[in-house]
Amino acid sequence: MPRLVLSGLTKAYGVIKVVDGVELTLEEGEFVSLLGPSGCGKTTTLRMIAGFVDPTGGTISVDGQALSAPGAVVPPERRGMSMIFQSYAIWPNMTVAENVAFGLKLRKLPREEVQRRVTEMLDVVQLGKLAHRYPAELSGGQQQRVALARAIVVKPSVLLLDEPLSNLDANLREEMRFEIRRLHDEFRITTVYVTHDQGEAMATSDRIAVMNAGRIEQVDAPHLLYTRPRTRFVAGFVGRTNLLEARVEDGALLLDGVSLGPASQAGLPADARGSVLVSLRPQAMAILAAPPPASDALVLKAVITERTYLGEAWDYVLRPDGTGLHLRAAAPPLEAHDVGAAVWLRIDPRQVAVVE
Amino acid sequence: MSSSVLPAVAARPSRLRLFEPITLLWVALIAALLVLVAAPLLKLLVISFEEQDTGVFTIQNYFTAYGRQRYIDALINSLLLGTLSAAISTVIAVPMAWAVSRTDMPGKGFTWAMVLAAFIMPPYLGAIGWILLAGPNSGWINVVWRGLTGATDPLVNIYTFTGMAFVIALHSFPLVFIFVKSALDLVSSEMEDAANILGAGTWTAMRKVTLPLVWPSILGGFILIFLETIALFGTPAIIGIPARINVVTTQLWQFFEDPVRVEVAAAYAIPLLLITMGMIAVQKLMLSRKGFVSQTGKGGERREVKLGPWRWVMLGWCVAVAMLSVVKPLTVLLQASFAKAWGRGFSFDNLTLRNYEFLLFEHDVAPRAVWNTVWFSGASATIAGVLALLVAYIVVRKLMRFADALGFLAMAPFVIPGIVMAIGFYAAYAGPPLSLYGSGLLIILAFAARFLPIAYANSQAAIRAVHPEMEEAARILGSGRLHAIRKVTAPLLKTSLLGGWLVVFIVASRELSAAIFLVGPRTRTMSVLLYDLSEQGNFEVVAAFGGILLFITMVIVGIGMKLVGRDFMLRRE
Repeated sequence: MPRLVLSGLTKAYGVIKVVDGVELTLEEGEFVSLLGPSGCGKTTTLRMIAGFVDPTGGTISVDGQALSAPGAVVPPERRGMSMIFQSYAIWPNMTVAENVAFGLKLRKLPREEVQRRVTEMLDVVQLGKLAHRYPAELSGGQQQRVALARAIVVKPSVLLLDEPLSNLDANLREEMRFEIRRLHDEFRITTVYVTHDQGEAMATSDRIAVMNAGRIEQVDAPHLLYTRPRTRFVAGFVGRTNLLEARVEDGALLLDGVSLGPASQAGLPADARGSVLVSLRPQAMAILAAPPPASDALVLKAVITERTYLGEAWDYVLRPDGTGLHLRAAAPPLEAHDVGAAVWLRIDPRQVAVVE
Repeated sequence: MSSSVLPAVAARPSRLRLFEPITLLWVALIAALLVLVAAPLLKLLVISFEEQDTGVFTIQNYFTAYGRQRYIDALINSLLLGTLSAAISTVIAVPMAWAVSRTDMPGKGFTWAMVLAAFIMPPYLGAIGWILLAGPNSGWINVVWRGLTGATDPLVNIYTFTGMAFVIALHSFPLVFIFVKSALDLVSSEMEDAANILGAGTWTAMRKVTLPLVWPSILGGFILIFLETIALFGTPAIIGIPARINVVTTQLWQFFEDPVRVEVAAAYAIPLLLITMGMIAVQKLMLSRKGFVSQTGKGGERREVKLGPWRWVMLGWCVAVAMLSVVKPLTVLLQASFAKAWGRGFSFDNLTLRNYEFLLFEHDVAPRAVWNTVWFSGASATIAGVLALLVAYIVVRKLMRFADALGFLAMAPFVIPGIVMAIGFYAAYAGPPLSLYGSGLLIILAFAARFLPIAYANSQAAIRAVHPEMEEAARILGSGRLHAIRKVTAPLLKTSLLGGWLVVFIVASRELSAAIFLVGPRTRTMSVLLYDLSEQGNFEVVAAFGGILLFITMVIVGIGMKLVGRDFMLRRE
């Protein structure tokens, strides 16, 4: 039985639907991110799961028990979940240990057990020495660890994280990403993680649900999301891409008359025809100074029209000969080509994705 | 699958939710606010159109209230007095605020302390101090002046219109100071740097850039003092009545002398109410104008302006204000309180504790008045505090659909002059059916209503400072709303709520304008008794009683500073 099921979950303020028919299922121990731009409804979805926002429609159930349906809602305190907030919400009037013990005490555990579990948990997040400090004396990263410890120690049925890293500086953010994933690997708590940062979502999640305008556009493992985006929005939001008009003729995908290989390879049904939109990642192309020897690969002759050096890579804009297209392609730092140079562009057909 | 489980599991909580206690609380709060705020005001309006005893509709009260030149003169006097006091306050306070906020003037701590002292000192005590200083015959300044020059005419006379405005200004200027200083604190030094680099010197930069930036705050402070002055009873009664200067508040008081003409007083009070409402609307409009730094809240870097030798001039100004508003009046009051006869000056054979002894152990009203003041202030601060906290919590957390209506009612007394509110309370609750006249409850309720906005603004700021996620974090871990409030919110609000309680206690303990209309024989407060004593002219006893009042206030302020923070009285709200 799945751990958490969202079915047709909807929240409307007046006529505006901020969350619109969200369907999502999490297996036990799974880590799923809700990824999307601000205002896409991801935080509202999370707050509905937590019980802070009452849905207008749809249901939420945990282990087959309905927690929420329109007009019938279990309050947050009876959901057995826990949550990590954007502001951390560490209570400044309690010590680190008291913060972590709060949920355990509410569960009426014997004092020794509370004590033991708090100590264990603080050791796991490397805060054992700071147990009796007050939050005001801690750094941002340490407060974040307290929040993690406080949420995990109660062994929640579902752990919810609301943009937990957005208040940290860049280095710490990177470190905490791996810390969150490490804790998940250790405790296997079913987790919903809200973020607008795709790097965070990729580093932490088993699956990512990309949200846009209140709807989930695609749910997939991080690498599939990147290589096989299913909608124009997902292709554009996760990483950078070239979105191109292509045609399907006689089972082949054609880009301005050049074949990109069989249409079935790009995920199209056999009888598809007409015009489609394809996503071609800058990393799916290689730029060659000389024509490649083997001709089985997909190769276009092109001219470099713009270039930008980004340190980690070159960012080129190319115009394939005989077309009006402008393609963005990435190349390693040592592969420098001048603007105006004639080059050959090799496309990896496996990384061509047809999007809606 | 989930739909089959749904009715069994989720239906019960839904029914519980409909009857969330918050709904009942909301109804109770609305009722309390209607009793405290709306009813007295409505009654005031209604009674101003009623014939005494019969209750028949009439507009005769308004003809009576404005039918005599004397009554109209009082209204004009009030407006003039308000303007003059506000002008003097502004002249006193703006340079001080600038010097403390932006320059390297020495003695900033001293200046702060003196502003606080001037703020804490009840205005009527200052007035009595100034009678001892500048009374035309025996006032200290005139005695010394005659001694030095041999002149027969007094140098200064407090029993004049300007004298009265001056004394009022000496105790109102802290309001302008707080307004202007907090605005100046937000002006970035780069604003001045930009003027300097284009060739403006320190003074030009101040005149052309810094002060214009805080102009709305200066005007805001001006308006507030104007309104405080036209609603002030103590000083105009103590100085104005002997000087035969009649103002609206003293005239209202005369309508309450036998036979009490509440209907006429109500009619006469309406313009005071309308002026106050209008001016506060104007002030709001002005402060909401865009483009002033004081409103953006952006800090930026701040450096002190180097004044060179001029910093001693600024310090001189601050010291002079401190002497006039605090040191001199306080000195003569203390001297008088320990003197057998205050006119005989500072000498050992003139020293006595008799005045205090008489008040504390022999006077038939004074000990009870002390107790009344503490009890009324404490009770009203508690009522206002609890009410304000509940309303602010509901409003800030948006727990109810019409929560804003609660907030509006809680803030409404801000635009009602205390004296008008007192007449409203008298009209609504003094007589039948409640017949509260002469009871402590009438005064407690009136004080609670009058100072509700202070408590509300305080609670609102405190609750806003507690992130809602603090409570949500407790709830998701398993605590109900009330448990979360008890364990998390309440401990975080404790200090600022205590601060709010103490501020209300202090302002209530010195309140005269509202109390004078509501006290009965057994419910006299210290402020009212002080006024009674001053009418009898026994200044040694008056001064001693003032000393007791100041002592109580200072104890409370001291507790506040220790527990809440040094500037808890002077935060701008």
